[in-house]
Amino acid sequence: MTQQFYVSPEQLMKDRADFARKGIARGRSVVVISCEEGIALVAENPSPSLHKIGEIYDKIAFAAVGKYNEFESLRQAGVRYADVRGYSYDREDVTARGLASVYAQSLGAVFTAEQKPFEVELAVAEVGGNQSDDHLYRLTFDGSIADEKRFIVMGGQADKVAETVEGGWQQELNFAGAIRLAMKGLVTDKEAGELPASALEVAVLDRASESTRGSRRAFRRLGDDEIAALLSKEN
Amino acid sequence: MQDTTANQVAANATSSFTEHLQRNRPGLLPYNQPFPAALTGAGSQPLQVPHATTIVSLTYGGGVLMAGDRRATMGNVIASRHIEKVFPADSYSVLGIAGTAGIAIDLTRLFQVELEHYEKIEGTLLSLEGKANRLGAMIRGNLPMAMQGLAVVPLFAGFDLPVGIGRLFSYDVTGGRYEEKEHHAVGSGSVFARGALKKLWRPGLTAEEAVAVAVESLYDAADDDSATGGPDPVRQLWPVVYTVERSGARRIPDHDLASVAGAIIEARTTARREA
Repeated sequence: MTQQFYVSPEQLMKDRADFARKGIARGRSVVVISCEEGIALVAENPSPSLHKIGEIYDKIAFAAVGKYNEFESLRQAGVRYADVRGYSYDREDVTARGLASVYAQSLGAVFTAEQKPFEVELAVAEVGGNQSDDHLYRLTFDGSIADEKRFIVMGGQADKVAETVEGGWQQELNFAGAIRLAMKGLVTDKEAGELPASALEVAVLDRASESTRGSRRAFRRLGDDEIAALLSKEN
Repeated sequence: MQDTTANQVAANATSSFTEHLQRNRPGLLPYNQPFPAALTGAGSQPLQVPHATTIVSLTYGGGVLMAGDRRATMGNVIASRHIEKVFPADSYSVLGIAGTAGIAIDLTRLFQVELEHYEKIEGTLLSLEGKANRLGAMIRGNLPMAMQGLAVVPLFAGFDLPVGIGRLFSYDVTGGRYEEKEHHAVGSGSVFARGALKKLWRPGLTAEEAVAVAVESLYDAADDDSATGGPDPVRQLWPVVYTVERSGARRIPDHDLASVAGAIIEARTTARREA
């Protein structure tokens, strides 16, 4: 019988964390910005059909970086969790906090118990009646959870992107301004000064969807034309 | 097939909310808690629960319309004067329910979540035929309850975006799905409503005319069926009317319905005819 090598728990966790971090750093970034009109979610994503940003529930959206199959299974699990909860209690009993804590538990369980950790980083965003009621949660591969204010940047080069977004963020941003700021952040590490609309995936959570669109579902995905129009608009 | 991980993953991948509940939370389905036989078995009194009655639906140039009266009855008692029996199913379809009100409302809620769930998981809308089939499957799921006297009979209408027309579907208690041309009605007052629809409907109605036709057919149903409620000027209660067009489903506001109902009542008063 072969003897098993002893690996200290510290080393094991460190190796897993390094592995997950490397996987995430390879991907392109996602920016989630809370602004006056609501929450803007912007990702650099050349695919028109494989999404990094998705709707979870009425006021709640999801954004992720990392391995597609892993975050997609988490997104679907989130939709199921939210729909079951909303159906068995009431729609207003579905909150980003509840969803984020479920995600934290699953990510934590996978990180410690499974063969390999999930190489993903998630953001759960919930739009409120005014900006101070917005919730932005960041979840990392090990199940740790952080309650962020103003914006979240995830993925490769996140520090550089975050620096730019930090510099340009103000409370009075509208969607066009927030999306332009996110794009400014996303191109910081590139030679080209801007990204074409087709390379961006943009969605918004409308703060006033009930009054402007007559829908309690605040999530809206923007088409390429709409993105191009917003990017070209001047503040 | 071998029971590999890949097969398991594929078998568990469902976009259907109902299937998910069936598998993981069967107790939450509206039709999964059969009543004890003593309550509903042979020889027992029929269960006294509120019943929803008349729903009418008709196509017009550019879309389809659905309307329901506001009365629920329990035997010979009026259980509610405010009940709503027509609901938006998603942004391009509406659903009207006749039959046992409690189960019908829960089925509606389930159907709404089912459509939204599919849309979120798949990132695209279900086709109108797909929606109609899903509703049929749910009604069939309710068959054991229907056998105990708790039947739900829906009417489903929506805008078929690729084809560009409004379509409507009726169902029987076994989940049988039938596409209807022109117009249809369900519920206890439906025989009278359908007679009125036959006389009033014509091809190429405008949306305003269609609303007037629907309200008048409900008026006729209320005239002859005690379980159907007519327009109620005292409480300012009007039918619930939805139109579905390319731009989506829209509820007709109460003040429009008040004037339509007012015009019908006035015309009938002026005519001074017995029937």
